[in-house]
Amino acid sequence: MKNITYTISVYAENNVGLLNRISAIFLKRHINLESFSTSASEIPDVFRFVIVVNTDADRVRKIVQQIEKQVDVIKAFYHTDEETIFQENALYKVKSSSLFEERHIQNIIKSSHATIVTVSPEFFVIELTGFREETEQLRKDLTPYGLLQFVRSGRISVTKAKMGISEILNKFKNTK
Amino acid sequence: MTNHDNSIRISGAEAVIRCLLEEGADLVYGYPGGAIMPIYDELYKYQDKLHHVLTRHEQGAAHSAQGFARTSGKVGVAMATSGPGATNLVTGIADAQIDSTPMVCITGQVASHLLGSDAFQETDIIGISTPVTKWNYQITKAIEIPEIMAKAFYIARTGRPGPVLIDITKDAQFDSLDFSYKKCTGIRSYTPTAKLCNKSIEEALELINQAKKPFVVWGQGVILGNAESELKTFLEKSGIPAAWTILGLSALPTNHPMNRGMVGMHGNYAPNILTNECDLLIAIGMRFDDRVTGDLNTYAKQAKIIHLELDPAEVNKNVVVDVALISDCKISLQELNKKIKTKVYPNWIKCFDDLDKIEYEKVIKYDLHPKKEGLTMGESIEMINKYSKNDAIIVTDVGQHQMVACRYAKFSQTKSNVTSGGLGTMGFALPAAIGAKMGAPRREVVAVIGDGGYQMTIQELGTIFQQQIAVKIVVLNNDFLGMVRQWQQLFFDKRYASTEMVNPDFVTIAKGFRIKAKRVEKRDELETAISEMINSKEPYFLEICVEKEDNVFPMIPSGASVSDIRLE
Repeated sequence: MKNITYTISVYAENNVGLLNRISAIFLKRHINLESFSTSASEIPDVFRFVIVVNTDADRVRKIVQQIEKQVDVIKAFYHTDEETIFQENALYKVKSSSLFEERHIQNIIKSSHATIVTVSPEFFVIELTGFREETEQLRKDLTPYGLLQFVRSGRISVTKAKMGISEILNKFKNTK
Repeated sequence: MTNHDNSIRISGAEAVIRCLLEEGADLVYGYPGGAIMPIYDELYKYQDKLHHVLTRHEQGAAHSAQGFARTSGKVGVAMATSGPGATNLVTGIADAQIDSTPMVCITGQVASHLLGSDAFQETDIIGISTPVTKWNYQITKAIEIPEIMAKAFYIARTGRPGPVLIDITKDAQFDSLDFSYKKCTGIRSYTPTAKLCNKSIEEALELINQAKKPFVVWGQGVILGNAESELKTFLEKSGIPAAWTILGLSALPTNHPMNRGMVGMHGNYAPNILTNECDLLIAIGMRFDDRVTGDLNTYAKQAKIIHLELDPAEVNKNVVVDVALISDCKISLQELNKKIKTKVYPNWIKCFDDLDKIEYEKVIKYDLHPKKEGLTMGESIEMINKYSKNDAIIVTDVGQHQMVACRYAKFSQTKSNVTSGGLGTMGFALPAAIGAKMGAPRREVVAVIGDGGYQMTIQELGTIFQQQIAVKIVVLNNDFLGMVRQWQQLFFDKRYASTEMVNPDFVTIAKGFRIKAKRVEKRDELETAISEMINSKEPYFLEICVEKEDNVFPMIPSGASVSDIRLE
């Protein structure tokens, strides 16, 4: 089976220790995470984990079964890139002097559709949201001009298909 | 003091005890220490209602709680202090996790203001136990105790059972709360049992109707789901021969005509060979462990497979199945039994009979009726069968004696086989036997242990004497770590690296613990000794000196196909 990128979405209770429990599932199988992000979800009190892994279809299915088995996990899904809308966010800190001395840098920023977050006499910070290749290309382009700092967030993603978490929670409420 | 909402003001420590009583737990195995002293102080006050068994090591407490859970069907409870007390429970917790044993472990923890400060006896037991618990939680406020304890018991016993660890900081034990108790009846993120899909029942029945050579393999799910009578009905109606995994043992009486023995590495010849000849494999409450399947690439490839399984994560994990009945196997079997046709498969059954004869001639005959001078493990088990009238609870450790005991012990009732299956924990049997006897006090409990594993938890003889637990302890002594030695003989050119044991005088040791003890070295002494042991009303230790270099056969070499099972 071929390794491809999968996005795993986990809807869970916001309990201390769940992160550990989920990461242990990957650790046990010696699988490295490409990225990991957590945030609130569309439902109050329900947390959402977005995990990106490079693995095959069989393994990702088993991993998601194991994640969903955890008591504090409401539901877990996995999707291919085609089935999701996803973005990453990157910040670039560059010397201010280069902005004025190197005219070319202005063109790079303009053509990448990055936005300037802040400017100070010493440095300026730009931000770019997009696919991995886009944020990566900008990093490469800026490196010759003295990239002071670079950071990229984990993938955040929404699926094209419905998740149906509220239905699960309502069903539970109604059977109580 | 009673408050207006029927709650009473008590300490967190007392609340823990009351929660245990509310859950019907009147027996706790444990070991005190600094961070759990407030709870022990309450145990002292409640000793007429809640019996605490002081084990000699926290690992003993965990295994005792497991043994109790396995024979009683209730949740076992173990308690320990923080730090080393808690870490000593971990082996038992891991064992309970892989063998799906319902258990609640309560550990003391340093006061919450000290958490993360590397305080005396502080250890991150939540972090350590996470991969080996079904659920765990750290309580830092007394007010959390009733709800969390209720959740702990609910999670431990529902769905696929498992161990839950609750870590309670010392300040939460000391603080007070308005106590009232409500049992947990559901958790929104947790579905213990999925609703059975009617379509898959029809599909399963269709496959069963078409099959010419169907075969059932059942596991512990049948026992955990209390589905023994449903299994019996299913087998009797359908006429399908069946075999068990090691943890499924005793769910169906040994002498039942449909019971064709054990599958797996040291299982019986017929069920292993015929796994690769059946045209339909019906797996009931089992998880296709590698010790059962051998090489997965050649496992039952010719057969359609139906899997009755409670845990969705087990379906299509190791073996891809044609039909999955995801629910409690009691429910699935009831549904199948409603519509299953009565059938017989005489030719197919004859295949089992023929292979059984081969196994008898090549292996069993020599194990049970040896011609040689030295005693065999097999004849020892057979003698235990004779004097316990095939009705003892047999608790085994891990290794050759375990395989021999599971092959030859005879059972009439369910929940009679207690062994460490998935984790293979040496040292399990002696403490587990304590719990097994307390979980089923009217039954005869015989612990069969090797000389290696016995010495891993031998200190629990102290617990047995103090509590006067009338367990019968049989050590099958071959002065070797026998199973490892067998592998060294077969696969490592007889290089016996660190497997020979220079053993102490086990009889003297048992007597030192003030337990009646005897040693048997010759065949003509065996029967009297076992008869005396079974008839004893007190704990009794019997050392049987067996042949040093006997091997356990049949055997599927590691990684080989089930049909490549060897008889010699």
